[in-house]
Amino acid sequence: MSAGVELDHVTVRFGDFTAVNSATLDIKGGEFFSFLGPSGCGKTTILRTVSGFLEPSEGKVRIGGQDMAGIGPNKRPTALIFQNLALFPLMTVTENITYGLRVRGVDKAARTKKAEELLELIALPGQGNKQMSELSGGQKQRVAIARALAVQPQVLLLDEPLSALDLKLRQHMRNELRTIQRMVGITFIYITHDQGEALTMSDRIAVMSDGVIQQIADGKTIYDEPATAFVASFVGENNPFAGTVVRADKSFALVETRFGRLHGRNPRGMKEGDKAILFVRPESLRLGAGASDTTLSSTVKSVAFEGNMTHVYLEGAGKKDITVSVGRQSTTSIPERGQMAAISYDAALGLALPEGQLARE
Amino acid sequence: MKSAWVMKGMLGFYILLFFLYLFGPLIVMGITAFNTPSYPQAYPFEAFTLDWFVKLWNDRNMMQGLQNSFIIGLGVVALSVPAGLAASIIMSQIYHRARGLFYLVTISPLLTPGVIIGISTVIFWKDVLGVTEVTKAIFYKGVVLTILGQSSFISAYCLLIFMARLTRFDRAQEEAALDLGASYPQVFWHILLPYMKPAIVSAVVIAFLSSFENYNTTTFAILADKTLVTVLAGQVRQGTTPALSALAVIIIGISLFGAITYEILKRREKKRAEQAQKRALVAERGDGQGDALPAPSSA
Amino acid sequence: MPRSAWLCRKGNWPVSSRFVVLVVPFVIIAIFWLLARREAKLRHDPTHKGYFERNGMTLGILFIVLVALWALFLVVLPYLYMVVESFHPQLPPSKRGGPEDVLTLEQYKSFFVQPVGGGLNVTHIGALVFSILASIAVTALNFAICYPLAYYMAQSSGAQKVRLLMLALIVPYWVNEILRAFALRLLLASRGLINQALMGLGITDAPIDFLGIDVGLYVGLSYAYLLIMIFPLYNAIESLDKNQIEAARDLGAPWWRIHRDVVIPYAKPGIASGCTMVFMLSAGSLAAPQFLGGPRTLWFTSVIYNFFFQNFNWARGSAYAFILLAACIALVMLMLRLFKVSLGETIK
Repeated sequence: MSAGVELDHVTVRFGDFTAVNSATLDIKGGEFFSFLGPSGCGKTTILRTVSGFLEPSEGKVRIGGQDMAGIGPNKRPTALIFQNLALFPLMTVTENITYGLRVRGVDKAARTKKAEELLELIALPGQGNKQMSELSGGQKQRVAIARALAVQPQVLLLDEPLSALDLKLRQHMRNELRTIQRMVGITFIYITHDQGEALTMSDRIAVMSDGVIQQIADGKTIYDEPATAFVASFVGENNPFAGTVVRADKSFALVETRFGRLHGRNPRGMKEGDKAILFVRPESLRLGAGASDTTLSSTVKSVAFEGNMTHVYLEGAGKKDITVSVGRQSTTSIPERGQMAAISYDAALGLALPEGQLARE
Repeated sequence: MKSAWVMKGMLGFYILLFFLYLFGPLIVMGITAFNTPSYPQAYPFEAFTLDWFVKLWNDRNMMQGLQNSFIIGLGVVALSVPAGLAASIIMSQIYHRARGLFYLVTISPLLTPGVIIGISTVIFWKDVLGVTEVTKAIFYKGVVLTILGQSSFISAYCLLIFMARLTRFDRAQEEAALDLGASYPQVFWHILLPYMKPAIVSAVVIAFLSSFENYNTTTFAILADKTLVTVLAGQVRQGTTPALSALAVIIIGISLFGAITYEILKRREKKRAEQAQKRALVAERGDGQGDALPAPSSA
Repeated sequence: MPRSAWLCRKGNWPVSSRFVVLVVPFVIIAIFWLLARREAKLRHDPTHKGYFERNGMTLGILFIVLVALWALFLVVLPYLYMVVESFHPQLPPSKRGGPEDVLTLEQYKSFFVQPVGGGLNVTHIGALVFSILASIAVTALNFAICYPLAYYMAQSSGAQKVRLLMLALIVPYWVNEILRAFALRLLLASRGLINQALMGLGITDAPIDFLGIDVGLYVGLSYAYLLIMIFPLYNAIESLDKNQIEAARDLGAPWWRIHRDVVIPYAKPGIASGCTMVFMLSAGSLAAPQFLGGPRTLWFTSVIYNFFFQNFNWARGSAYAFILLAACIALVMLMLRLFKVSLGETIK
């Protein structure tokens, strides 16, 4: 069984510091939902508020339509997988997995049976008597998942559970997590600062910055149609060109930047005179001139060959370079360091957004 | 190079001297326990005897004192270990502005001369227990007062032992148990207490030993009763007999036995942990291969 | 019957006036409680859980009872009560609580001025000064003896070796204080092994009275508190990064400068804690002065002991105990201030 989770204008304050500012969202039952943001953005605070370790200063948390105010973490239909897993080191694998059942007064025989089922599910059959210290990182990960699933939660909360693993294992575990979620069919709420994890696993993603939810959408929309300057700069690589809107209509805007007037889509409906940032992704830029309002030129600072891609870095407006990623099939010759180079893009791939905070590099 | 050798030699000589200082008096005393003269004498060694041990066994005062020492030791353990544990938990939860004062109060008995602890215990409890004749008759006794007096500083030892272990406790485990549905008392019994077990064992041992060998506080609080140490003190004050050396030999023997057992147990545990680590390393190599999950059938 | 009448039932109930001061800790607790309440109201803390919510009713009450029994009834209240007692005259039990039982500085005055005949109380002031100076000497001695071993154990030997050394250090510590004093007495007595050796080698003709000239006292105190010094030193030096010493050596610093400029400043909190403990313990020790001190040596705790067991003057004994405590604490504070170590670091 799975339940949806609703946040209704949830604000969490620690003294004078506002960790989460009026978050409102509606996670559907059975959804794989991720919170993505840099550390300190408030995503873990949201998770702890849903699991009941924090009481919101304002607003309401509802799980399965029921208000959770005053209900402690041990009474909520949620289970949390901790960043460091928080497995009990003095218990065996089976004792860990069945701890939730033990405190619910389930008898030993039923507990053992359930443990065997779950060990099967996480592909560790017959390893129930092992101590925690005998398990590998990946195995511990799976035991933590089994322990959380054993209490049959309606919502599983995951707090960056893969961050302690090495890269290869992390990618492998992404698939496993997704597989498990499809098998058990309950709601997963996943916290991460790793956009790769969020994009590959999630049905929908909420991007957060400084306690504010910037955008809630599926991965493709987040990448292609970022709603704010923060999302555009945080998710994937992006080249920002700050300036002022000089002409705008419903679909397009012309932004006056240090590199001339540049054209881009205008989804937020900015008007003439608004401060704006025009974003063009590195892979949308190409070497060589195009139409005058989608072409700019700058000095090449360096060139980095990366196998499938070649990155060309040009002098940018501020500290940040302009990056152009050239694929192998491109026939254009790569310019030398110190040369002036013209670069251009398709007008539809430029995106003008209202000025706002960018993600820190 | 030459100076390094000199340094090394000097260091070795110094360590030798240090341990000679530490053990020498005890060894000399040990020898006197087996020598026949009635004045404890190590040299000349006249003849081997075990008489002094027999004499010790027949000393009723000492046996009475030993019995009281045991009772007091057990009482102190029963009082200070729970008190130290409770204080270590309250220390982590107490209102932050009161923490410093609370720490100072609970740790102050360690810096207070034992004599003063003994005196204040007697003066205070004499009047408190003296409020009614019944309490006075039942509780105003040397053994009770000694347990109270010793507990005041032995609880502080326990507190320090527990605090040291608590700082390394991963609070996420507490939260994990709660999240799985445990109540707060269940978290205490299932998670915190097992975690604290090694510290509790140490605290029990240290509390008992400190109680057993205490003199300064006990000599005031014991009133008309006696413990092994106060009997000893009385005998040492009166004169010297090899029976005291015999007692020391027994005590040293027991502590050596305890220390060696402890060392063996520790080594065995270390070996076990190393083996577990090895198995984990083997498992690590298999990570992400072979035992992967089956693909979802419906998708 | 009104409450006050019940309290004064016997007219000379000995303790009622003394119990007044015992309200102090409860007032302090109440103040902190109110402060905590106010703060909780002013600042919302989303992590906040009530005490009983966090521990459960049974455990919560058990913890409070245990801690209150200890901190209040075994530590704070007896100390306060002893201080109150020291401000009262010495009276036979029947007169306690009577009209003569008034607050007085008599006991403290008697420390400075002889109660009989007037004049400066040289004996007792001398005993205090001697106890403190001798304790300082013992502390310095133990630091000198223990520092090299602690440094060696912490910086230059393997884990296995350290464990063995630790064990060798701990075992003799399990032998109790009296027996250790007894062992030293056997060695140092006029018929003891050392005198036998000295005379056998022809160094002296007559035995040297080591105990009479207080050698026994110093050795006994040093011996008793050797480990109290070595463990804090070891812990402090152990956490020092070996590279720092290597770096200093690379820069050509001679060994004594490495210790003066690198190791000792780093280990200062540990040194302070070891020295404080040894000083307090030896100033308050009873066994070594009783069994190893010379016949003319008067240790301050022995003075206190005699007030309790020979003169049965508890009030004066309490006053002297308080004087000892105050003098020791003042000295420790002064030293810590002088060497710029905070008390918090020391008692960690």
